[in-house]
Amino acid sequence: MGASVRPSFSEGLGGEQGWPKALRGRGPQAVSGILTALGRAGLWSPRRQLLLATWQALSRALVTMDAESLLLSLELASGSGQGLSPDRRASLLTSLLLVKRDYRYDRVLFWGRILGLVADYYIAQGLSEDQLAPRKTLYSLNCMEWSLLPPATEEMMAQTSVVKGRFMGDPSHEYEHTELQKINEGGKVFEEEVVVQIKEETRLVSIIDQIDKAVAIIPRGALFKTPFGPIHVNRTFEGLSLSEAKKLSSYFHFREPVQLKNKTLLEKADLDPSLDFMDSLEHDIPKGSWSIQMERGNALVVLRSLLWPGLTFFHAPRTKNCGYIYVGTGEKNIDLPFML
Amino acid sequence: MEDSTSPKREKANQDPREAGQPWEEVTAASSQGLESGLSEPLELEQGLETGPQPRSPPQSPQSRASIPLDDLTGPGASYPPSPPQEASYTPSPPALARQDLAVPWPSDKTTSVNPEAGTPHFHHLEQSSDKGESTASHTFQSEGSTFRQSQQTKHHLYGPEDVNYNNSKQKELRFNIFQDEDSNSNYDLDYAEPGVSELAPSMLEITIQSAKAYLQKTSSKSGLNLYDHLSDMLAKVLDERPENAVDIIESISQDVKMGHFRKKLDTLQNENEMLPTYEIAEKQRALFLQGNLEGADQELEDEIAENALPNVMESAFYFEQAGVGLGTDETYRIFLALKQLTDTHPIQRCRFWGKILGLEMNYIVAEVEFREGEDEEDVEEEDVTEERDDADSEADEDDEDQLPRTFYKTPQAIPKEENRTGANKYVYFVCNEPGRPWVKLPSVMPAQIVTARKIKKFFTGRLDAPIISYPPFPGNESNYLRAQIARISAGTHVSPLGFYQFGEEEGEEEEEVEGRRDSFEENPDFEGIQVIDLVESLSNWVHHVQHILSQGRCNWFNPIQKSEEEEEEEDEEKEEEKGEEPDYTEQEVGPPLLTPISEDLEIQNIPPWTTRLSSNLIPQYAVAVLRSNLWPGAYAFSNGKKFENFYIGWGHKYSPDNYTPPALPPVYQEYPSGAELTEMDDPTVEEEQAFRAAQEAAVLSAEENEETEEDEEEDDYDQE
Repeated sequence: MGASVRPSFSEGLGGEQGWPKALRGRGPQAVSGILTALGRAGLWSPRRQLLLATWQALSRALVTMDAESLLLSLELASGSGQGLSPDRRASLLTSLLLVKRDYRYDRVLFWGRILGLVADYYIAQGLSEDQLAPRKTLYSLNCMEWSLLPPATEEMMAQTSVVKGRFMGDPSHEYEHTELQKINEGGKVFEEEVVVQIKEETRLVSIIDQIDKAVAIIPRGALFKTPFGPIHVNRTFEGLSLSEAKKLSSYFHFREPVQLKNKTLLEKADLDPSLDFMDSLEHDIPKGSWSIQMERGNALVVLRSLLWPGLTFFHAPRTKNCGYIYVGTGEKNIDLPFML
Repeated sequence: MEDSTSPKREKANQDPREAGQPWEEVTAASSQGLESGLSEPLELEQGLETGPQPRSPPQSPQSRASIPLDDLTGPGASYPPSPPQEASYTPSPPALARQDLAVPWPSDKTTSVNPEAGTPHFHHLEQSSDKGESTASHTFQSEGSTFRQSQQTKHHLYGPEDVNYNNSKQKELRFNIFQDEDSNSNYDLDYAEPGVSELAPSMLEITIQSAKAYLQKTSSKSGLNLYDHLSDMLAKVLDERPENAVDIIESISQDVKMGHFRKKLDTLQNENEMLPTYEIAEKQRALFLQGNLEGADQELEDEIAENALPNVMESAFYFEQAGVGLGTDETYRIFLALKQLTDTHPIQRCRFWGKILGLEMNYIVAEVEFREGEDEEDVEEEDVTEERDDADSEADEDDEDQLPRTFYKTPQAIPKEENRTGANKYVYFVCNEPGRPWVKLPSVMPAQIVTARKIKKFFTGRLDAPIISYPPFPGNESNYLRAQIARISAGTHVSPLGFYQFGEEEGEEEEEVEGRRDSFEENPDFEGIQVIDLVESLSNWVHHVQHILSQGRCNWFNPIQKSEEEEEEEDEEKEEEKGEEPDYTEQEVGPPLLTPISEDLEIQNIPPWTTRLSSNLIPQYAVAVLRSNLWPGAYAFSNGKKFENFYIGWGHKYSPDNYTPPALPPVYQEYPSGAELTEMDDPTVEEEQAFRAAQEAAVLSAEENEETEEDEEEDDYDQE
């Protein structure tokens, strides 16, 4: 069996998961001895370090549209028909630089555009300097003045899940939602209609977060995981080969794995732990929620999400060029099962 | 010889890596620990080469003598004095081989490997000694014609490190990790002996060690180190023996690094994977060559063709101002494809309608109008189906067993609109990619539009794909595509007010409905509308494609009228209406042509259109952009004088609510329920007597009126 210097990672079970191969199958004393030694050196703080490092690496990755490569990326993503007008492009290139300076971001990525009835939201994401913090999301209505959005919370998700319909394009617009609330008064329980006001800004935050979690993707091999858990940009990533690029299994969800832990050992047998540490698109539900197409005579592979119509991922096989952009109404396609 | 040996050598090269790997995992962050781990493979290889060769004692003094630096033993004194090296060394190689490879090394292979495998080591040596700035390396080189000697020297070079390992507790710990459990003791012993046996190291050795330590420093990012990388690279070079290796050393380095992420199993590569690329390039080449192929004598045709060909690039420019549209490159290819279309078909007018995204492929849609008299008629599929229905009903009549007959009368199919009218005003051509053949879509039938409104399916990109849906769609994807195109056109094709006017020759009396005209022409006196007015008021935009009625036609077709004239039995209703009143069908009236879009209906409080100026920075040259909210992806622009409509999207209508497939119709009645089937109570005696009295009274009256005799008889039967 051909081994290599690739940082291999234990595919072990349960508690041992994430331990280097060398630690497996050894007596508890040996393991604890090593851990103590490492812990003394401040190197082993398993879960936490892994999470932080994931964020660190993910945020540094080559995904989404970097402000510098914006023009090329827009050209590659133009097959979906949604681009930016020249004045928007120019103002983005200018204002994102200033955003980078003013907010002291390491990098600023252009994320996409949410079409509103009155105006469109232009979304950018900033990566802060310490690289450990989650991405900061900014929006702008005119591509020049950017406002920071708060981070998404569970509460926001629940609150905004009742809103449907289009975005207005006015962050202070308030959606009204009447809901029945049970009120307990003196032992009597009765229901009362309560009108809940939901700000569009809150909805915007929640939608962006949902889209990022559901359909942000990267090609396999663009990132790799070192034995200790940190995830790095794979500098030797030269793009997928053409045959790989046509398979959904070559693309990963750009988020903490959810499905991976539920896989059986048999399914995991073929996985390369240093590369396959995220969920692949292969088993997305419903089946067929991605449209994968070769464009420009196989020179470009384009993935379009059918669940969140408007998200276009592009990758030129055998090059490092890849990224995604969202231009859409910010609505999930819940009719998808009927449409396939 | 090389062929047979190379895989094995590769194995030998890889194994140390594998062995070294766990080290890196554990000590990824501590660079110090790594040196020890990484010198391991070298030691191992060394062992392999030297193992089968019986070494004679006289050689070792000789080789030791070849290091002229014995007297520089400054720090080396810290190492414990050692017994003679050779005695302990000879057993160690087999032991190493057993531990790490667990494969007996065939002697014939070793001999074949040795000459070549010796070379990289020599390289290492040279390299490290160069750093040490010592003359020793030159000595080796001059004497280096014998491999044994160089190998021997290496033992000496590595010797002190072995001592190092054993001296530090930390490293010993790692040894434990490195090894399998059972071989632990064995290993330590083997190592300890040569280490102890080593004489005090020289200054050169220290320098070499520190240089090597530096090279073996693990990258904090990738977990690799330069030392291993260089040795891998050299091994690769020697394996493959490329020509002019020095010129491609960068890519070899890159290859080696990428090799870490490549599965070794994937030896089968699809060599033909580039074929489709060439295929489409070849097809598109034809597009670029078509201009040259035409002779100058065809000027007349060219003239017509040019008239038909729209200026796609100009429209694309304006749409780009609006932030919509395909890339310039793709647009140009579509432009060329349209040129090909207009050149090969008798086309009066052509327009780039838009692009419909599909799951596997996309559709590029061209809207064309044939020249007069050049229409190519479609096969009337409708007639075929009707005939089949008739045949079925005749068969039923002949059936003697009197099977229960269905009372369901299929509503008469609404006839499709003639070419050049209504929903079939234009002909549509589609192709998947510029360069691929254009395919003409069949004309649309009302039933298809009606069903298309009830379903929501993604396009696949294959025209012959079946549409599996409920309610069943009459036709395949090409029909569905055509129906959606008709719906989108009817809903979203708009023009500035006044650009078109009604044709004067079309008399109103020709149409049955007052105010309904389906023909318009360009207004030669159109002076343009201020862009700002177009943005601010929707009433400055008008629909120039007829509204499609719920019947599925643009011009209402009265089914009743026809039924009276032609077939009396088959009176039927429109599909939309419940149809219990066969003698009266309300005529459907849609908004007339050139109705301002300000009268469009809202979609649950969502305005149907969004207007804006393409640029707020330079408004004086901006264009007005109209975006449909009902058909996401439909756009229109106007700069006051010109306008264009464009669609790019999935071909679905917007609805804020979930799609709900229509409910199944109620179960059809199997037979007519009548008196003879209805259960009722037996009459009581009183009732019978009363009934008889009534009968007798009736008989009396019947005597007066003879016509009622038959009734009497029937009544008698009933009474029995």
